[in-house]
This record gives sequence, structure tokens and C-alpha cells, in this order.
Amino acid sequence: MNKCVERLKNGIITENPTFVMMLGMCPTLAVTASAGNGLGMGLTTTAVLVLSNAIISLLRKIIPDKVRMPAYIVIVASLVTIVQFMLQAYLPALNKSLGIYIPLIVVNCIILGRAEAYASKNDVVSSVFDGIGMGIGFTIGLTLIGIFRELLGAGKVFGVDIMPKAFEPISIFVMAPGAFFVLAGLTAVQNRLKLKGASNTSDAECSGNCASCKISDCGYDKKESVNEEKGE
Amino acid sequence: MKTLLVILIGSALVNNVVLSQFLGICPFLGVSKKTSTAAGMGAAVIFVITLSSLITSALYAFILKPLDLTYLNTIVFILVIAALVQLVEMILKKYSPALYKSLGVYLPLITTNCAVLGVALLNVQNGYLDKGSVAIGIIKSVANGFATALGFTIAIVIMAGIRERIEYNDIPQSFKGTPIVLITAGLMAIAFIGFSGII
Repeated sequence: MNKCVERLKNGIITENPTFVMMLGMCPTLAVTASAGNGLGMGLTTTAVLVLSNAIISLLRKIIPDKVRMPAYIVIVASLVTIVQFMLQAYLPALNKSLGIYIPLIVVNCIILGRAEAYASKNDVVSSVFDGIGMGIGFTIGLTLIGIFRELLGAGKVFGVDIMPKAFEPISIFVMAPGAFFVLAGLTAVQNRLKLKGASNTSDAECSGNCASCKISDCGYDKKESVNEEKGE
Repeated sequence: MKTLLVILIGSALVNNVVLSQFLGICPFLGVSKKTSTAAGMGAAVIFVITLSSLITSALYAFILKPLDLTYLNTIVFILVIAALVQLVEMILKKYSPALYKSLGVYLPLITTNCAVLGVALLNVQNGYLDKGSVAIGIIKSVANGFATALGFTIAIVIMAGIRERIEYNDIPQSFKGTPIVLITAGLMAIAFIGFSGII
């Protein structure tokens, strides 16, 4: 039981995927124009993450080591397709506003990263809790950024007017550039407070895919990181 | 011809893949420290996305659609892209060592670049393959893929150029590293909004 609580805390605080690991930046920037979208994307990713962690953990002794990456990709892609069907059926409005970013959950670093780093080595129960923790951490990250952007850009939070009438919405914040500015502000605050994070450990930026991320210990094999160093 | 031009300008500049669609953010932030590296990455991305647009749209038009399996497109596309990148790497290594030397190091980084899968899915979503002749649909998809990748290259090369200059500037301590890069990206995104009146 203790281990499960530890996994939850790890996902939400210690290794928070958005603020500490800086993984899954594409959806983080793309769908956070409103808090509701951020929350929806976070929960969708959580659902996929929990299921994929559970299935990969169950199959960890069956999947041969050499083909594990393609196997994981197939599992995750199938789950994403199922989740997409569910959204189309029950939450068509959310499905429409998230659009292409739902199928793109397949290439979200967090999911393959957790599969490789945790679920493939641990039992089902703790993998599920790892997925829940990471998913909640990601959801909190997206919702917070969404709240910031919606508040500054439209004066609302979750579609409810919050700001006084005199407040003139700064609409740039709900447009594309606002995503970069809000994230820049948040990482700068993180740097200022000297919090542990991917942005202030030198050279730890994700360089193209999770495989070469030094911060997440997911990855195909060492070959790629060697390649990458040669390229620099 | 006119539609192709609209697709080219629309995907490369107006709906820039990085700055307005947020696909491929990771390489955009990670491999943009030097202009030469950024250009190499851009070239590799153009190569892979153009090729994958051709193959995925052909697969969609000739196999998935006739068999009514279009709902499987995410699974099929990601597997095809992963295999394609590996294959391209092997072929280049064997037959064109010079090209492999300049592009090879970037190829493994592209597999999970979400722009590649994103473009393949957008080609389908834009409905290029739904009406009219299949050949024209595939040509449109390839044009869209090429233009998107070109947009990525434009963005990442400009970004690298700016970052080389930023190196020598006095940046507030807390903004060093990722934050200043994100601010730069935001300013670039504002500049690219200027293109939105073109079409």
C-alpha cells in the first residue's frame, strides 16, 4: 500500500511530467487555450496511460526484449483508438476541440516513457498507480496552464466569468504565442525558485524524441544518444 | 496548380507546424542550438515527412479505405512511419554514405517526432483523399507533407540563428536556458500570425 502512495506522490510532485520532466510538450502547448480543454486532454491521457501501464506490465514477461518498442507502440495505438471512439460517442464536443491531438497521444513521450521506465519492470498494481500518479500530474500541469491562459486571455476560468468588467482580456494568451509565453514564465519562476526541473539541469532538453531524453530513462538503446552527441 | 500553391503557402507559413500547430516542439527546442545542426534536422524532416505522406496516403487510399478499415489509421500510420524511418536509415547507409553522413544522425530522432504522424493524420482529416481522383489526392497529400516540413525547417533554422545571437546577450538569470527560448518562440509565433492574411 505504501508503495502505491509513493507512486502517486512521485507522479504528481517529484517527477511531475509537465513541470519537472517537461515531457509531452506538444499537447501541453496546443490544447491549453482553455482550462476545460486542458483538463479533458489530461484525463484522456491518464486513461490511456493507466491502461497501457497495466497491459504492458501484464505482458512484460511475454514480450521479447528486441521487439518491445513496436509492441508497446501497437498497444498504445490500439488504446488510443479505443479512447477516441469513446470520446466520439460520449463527449463529441471535447473530441472536436482536441481534434488531431487525441490520436497524437500515441507519440506522447510520457506514455512510452513510463512503459519503458516503469511498467516493463514492475508488477501490475504499482504500474497502475504509477500511471494514475503520472496522469494526475500531467492533468494538473495542463489544467494550471489552461487556467492561466484562459484567465488572462478571456477573463474566464472553465468558461465562467471571473475577472471584473474593467479587465480587458489580453487575447494573445489564448492564441498560439500565449502558450509559449505562459510556459516560459512558469519555467522562469521554477528557475528563480531553484526548483528541481528539466529546464535548469544543463543540456537536459528533449532533443527530438524521448529515446534521446537524458532526463527520462526511456529509450531504445545507447546508439542513438551516441549519434546525437556526434551531431552536436 | 492553384490549389497546390494554396496548400504550399498555407502549410509552410500560415499554419506553421511548430508555431501555430505545436507539432514537433521537442526537436524545435532541442536541436536548435546551431544553424548547421538545425538545417540538417530540417532536411531530414523534409525527406521523411514527404516520403511518409506519400506512403501513408497511398496506404489509406488503396488499402484502408476499400476495406473499410479507416478507423485503424492511427495504428497503421505509426507502425509504417517507424518502419519507414528504420528502412530509410538502412538504405541510406548502404547506398548513399554521403547523404547518410549528413542526415543519418537525425533520422532516429524523427521516429517519434509528432509532426510526422500529425501530417499523416492531417492529410486524411483535410479530406484530400475523400473526393476527386485518388492520384490528385495523393499529390495533394505529398505537397502538404512537403510544405509542412518546409515550414518546420524555416522555423527551426530561424530559431537557431536567433539562439546563436542570444548566446552573447545579457539575459536575466532566471530566464537563461529554456525560458528565453520559449519567449523567442512566442515572438516568432506572433510574427508568423502576420502571414494569416495571405490566403
